[in-house]
Amino acid sequence: MAKLGTHALLLAAAVVLVPLGLVLPTWLVFLVTIGLAKGLVVIGLVVMMRAGLVSFGQGLYYGLGAYSAGLAANFLGLNDAVLLLVIGAAVGIVVALGLGVLLVRYRQIFFAMLSLAVSMILYGALVRSTALGSTDGFNLPPPTFLGLAPDVETGRRILFVLALLLALGTASLLHRFTRSPTGVLGEAIVMNEIRVEYLGASVSRVLLITYVIGAITAALGGVLVALATSHIDPDLAFWTTSGEFVFVAILSGTGHVAASLVGMVLFETVRSFAFQYSPYTWQMVVGTAMLLVIVFLPYGLWSLVSRGEGRSARP
Amino acid sequence: MNWQRTTAALIAAGALMLPALAQAQDAKPFKLGIVTFLSGAAAGPFGVPARNAAELIVEALNSGSVPAPYAGKKGINGMPLETTIVDEAGGTTKQVTEYRNLAERAGVDAVIGYISSGDCLAIAPLADELKKLTIFFDCGTPRIFEDASYKYLFRTGGTATMDNLAAARYLLKKKADVKSVAGINQNYAWGHDSWNDFKASMQTLKKDVKFATEQFPKLGAGQYGTEISALLVASPDVIHSSLWGGDMEAFVLQGTARGAFDKRTLILTAGESAMHRLAGQIPDGTIIGARGPHGDFAPKSELNDWFRKAYEARFNTPPTYPSYKMAQALLGLKAATEKAAGDQASRPTDEAIVKAFEGLTFTAPSGEVHMKLGKGHQAIQEIAYGTFKRENGKATLVDVVRYPAECVNPPEGVKSMDWLTGGLKGAKCD
Amino acid sequence: MQQLVAILIDGTIYFSWLFIVSLGLTLIYGVMKILNIAHGSFYALGAYAAASAVGAWFAAGLPAAGSYLLLAVCGLAIGAAIGFAVERGLLRRMYGRDEVVMILVTYAVFLILEDVIKLVWGVNPYLAYQPYTALGRIAIGGIGFAVYDLILLALALAMGFAAWFTLNRTRYGRLLLVVIHDREISSAMGINVARMFTVTFTIGAMLGALGGAVAAPGISVVPGIGVDIIVLAFAVSVIGGLGSVAGAAIGALIVGLTRAAAIHLVPEVELFVIYAVMAIVLAFRPEGLFGRPAARKI
Repeated sequence: MAKLGTHALLLAAAVVLVPLGLVLPTWLVFLVTIGLAKGLVVIGLVVMMRAGLVSFGQGLYYGLGAYSAGLAANFLGLNDAVLLLVIGAAVGIVVALGLGVLLVRYRQIFFAMLSLAVSMILYGALVRSTALGSTDGFNLPPPTFLGLAPDVETGRRILFVLALLLALGTASLLHRFTRSPTGVLGEAIVMNEIRVEYLGASVSRVLLITYVIGAITAALGGVLVALATSHIDPDLAFWTTSGEFVFVAILSGTGHVAASLVGMVLFETVRSFAFQYSPYTWQMVVGTAMLLVIVFLPYGLWSLVSRGEGRSARP
Repeated sequence: MNWQRTTAALIAAGALMLPALAQAQDAKPFKLGIVTFLSGAAAGPFGVPARNAAELIVEALNSGSVPAPYAGKKGINGMPLETTIVDEAGGTTKQVTEYRNLAERAGVDAVIGYISSGDCLAIAPLADELKKLTIFFDCGTPRIFEDASYKYLFRTGGTATMDNLAAARYLLKKKADVKSVAGINQNYAWGHDSWNDFKASMQTLKKDVKFATEQFPKLGAGQYGTEISALLVASPDVIHSSLWGGDMEAFVLQGTARGAFDKRTLILTAGESAMHRLAGQIPDGTIIGARGPHGDFAPKSELNDWFRKAYEARFNTPPTYPSYKMAQALLGLKAATEKAAGDQASRPTDEAIVKAFEGLTFTAPSGEVHMKLGKGHQAIQEIAYGTFKRENGKATLVDVVRYPAECVNPPEGVKSMDWLTGGLKGAKCD
Repeated sequence: MQQLVAILIDGTIYFSWLFIVSLGLTLIYGVMKILNIAHGSFYALGAYAAASAVGAWFAAGLPAAGSYLLLAVCGLAIGAAIGFAVERGLLRRMYGRDEVVMILVTYAVFLILEDVIKLVWGVNPYLAYQPYTALGRIAIGGIGFAVYDLILLALALAMGFAAWFTLNRTRYGRLLLVVIHDREISSAMGINVARMFTVTFTIGAMLGALGGAVAAPGISVVPGIGVDIIVLAFAVSVIGGLGSVAGAAIGALIVGLTRAAAIHLVPEVELFVIYAVMAIVLAFRPEGLFGRPAARKI
């Protein structure tokens, strides 16, 4: 697996999947777009988790990304998908730099709870803002793509391709990041923070970089979801949304960044079929599937592929 | 260890796919997707009564046992109805995905559903994008057809505006000397909108009324002790509340136990949905609404008598307003489709159904429904309010006042809030 | 003045509910390092069991006094049964896995139990108001309060005392403290840690279910009542310092009073006041008020 080269593999995936996006039925295209958008959030989270930052508050950046896209589209008239992605990422970076300095002082459950608290404060503020539609949220107009204004269905397919390229590109970049000195230092911090400091590296700098990466991917995911569903509401920042990202990250396994993309798409599909065929007990189906994976695949779905070389996979 | 992993994967996959095999196909049915809450707090008071009504009506239509004016053809224009039911839980992103799956994967002919206004707002543009006939049966936000217009989308239930305007009118009729009003509504869009509509209505109808306190407890909070104290400290004449389901029941229980309603009037705009269950708890004199002329407010007719009787026989409880609203949506679809078909036996095109639906007036167990707003896509109908009275332990409504549709709904093209704050121009109340 | 009295009493009443709900969670975390999301389900199970039992009790025309005992017994019994089953049947196989994985396991249990509850009790609300209304109300400062709520306060204090007494004055409690302090060493010293885990988890589940059972008379028991409990109880425990009984008490008191003050004075902020408190406390005390900083290993 590793010998084949992750980047070559991701490239191959792109070559295969892009044409598929043009022929598959639109419900499937949409399902996968959502899966990829959320998967993008999970990729970033996996990178954070490898450095010990288990955030139960990625909904903060997911929601911020979506709302900045929505506000820019509705109030500033900026409607280009690429531009909105840039805006979302920029907002994510600015907020993450501000909050990150405070948050990366915390570890483990305290980091988790504090990030959750911050995302819930955003949620509360959004719920109270009647001008933004409170919990009902508001709709977005269909986006343009670098000035092109295709018909709605073509737009969906272009968005799928955009999400795919963005997700695979991010996976490739972040895969490289996890092999870079900063990425490896992140894993070292989990094992022994003090020794890392003794070695002369700055723990807080490494963690801040990782935190900002997580924020960017979450914000990008949020913009993509907003564009795909054409609707945003405060639920994007609610703690259960953040929780879902953590669960998918663990289910997929933190061994490889790309696993989360597959994991998220699978999770969405499973849930969607459970919704349709078992409407009264879909929670039970999802819960049982989760338990089975945890019991039999301790390193996540990724261990189906990597066959036990799960060392770097710290679930 | 490989077999273990493979088996796990297979079991997990199998568990998910099994029910897929249990689907059978009939010849030329009319496929209907029905979306309503089957889990979470909204399932009990709204989702399941609506689902029950859907089951009842669909079966009765298929067997041809619905009385006049729907006694003519079985099913919809002779086509048997086939339903797929989907849970509305999970948020808008999830619901948008599920709607696409219904429309494209399950290939339904029409979708009826949505209780949450947020879901309605998110689904609305999709109906036109996928050109899929869609009927909202319950959600209340007037924003749907006031902020945009749609071709394939209809709403057969009234907006939340009329609930609160009618509540204000009824309150002033019963208690003209009201001086101060307080509100307790859930902290989400429905709660905010309900309170803002009621506040605007009161300000327009009685300028000197004071607003003592406005409480917005969290959705599903369960504990209202502190809010009740805040209401008691503020000591208003009237308490307005759009709480529903478990929240309303808990609030009424805790408030009654603490004497919060002893010397003041309580308004429950969605009170009818729990009136019979809470017969022993709701204080006498409480003003009760049903979001339309539904449930106990439904006018006497052959159709209504049949509906109540059949529903009670099957589910051991009288139908509440969500059941009525679901029945209304199904019958509206039937009326529009059959009008479009005329004498033809075949299924009319979606375009023809849309055309027939626009501006349609049809009959439901709750009386006449007029598709008058939103370019013929948004229903208006009369609304009724009454006062709760316990008789021999049973809940009854006295002093029922009915307000004609055009007395409590804005004219076409006027936004609800502008209408409420602008002096209710053009309201026809006689 | 009236408002101040109301804030104090409301805050204390909310404190008692929060404390009862959080105690089991913080205990399980302290001993087992499991952040138990299924705690919400235990709460809901307790509430459902109590509500249906109390309903049957009054339908049979039995005296109201007995229903209070019934509430407690129901909650404790169902909590014990489900807690024991979950620990022995599932969690036992997972010890040693990462804390985050354990959260996921309990989340899966939560999802499954939510549907089990729905299959057993349906989606219609259950009411068990008789014990709540039977006690009547008393006026304090001109405002009526339900006597039942004040009794819950007594119950919360009693539970807090019992927890403190067990942990500090009994043999078993001291052994537990040892396990909380260092699991490996206590195991090496011959303490049967596995059994301690079973007992702790079962007691934690009983406390969660008891919380639901005693809350049931004042509310309407509906699907989903467990969801909010989880994050509330987490927040309270984190503010106080996870694993600390005194911390849970102080955390619940701070949250209760702040929330009451917010509702009376600035109702707009009620939704996030608890998170704001958590953020402020953690900003100054990263381990929570009563948490001890973990030893830094070199």
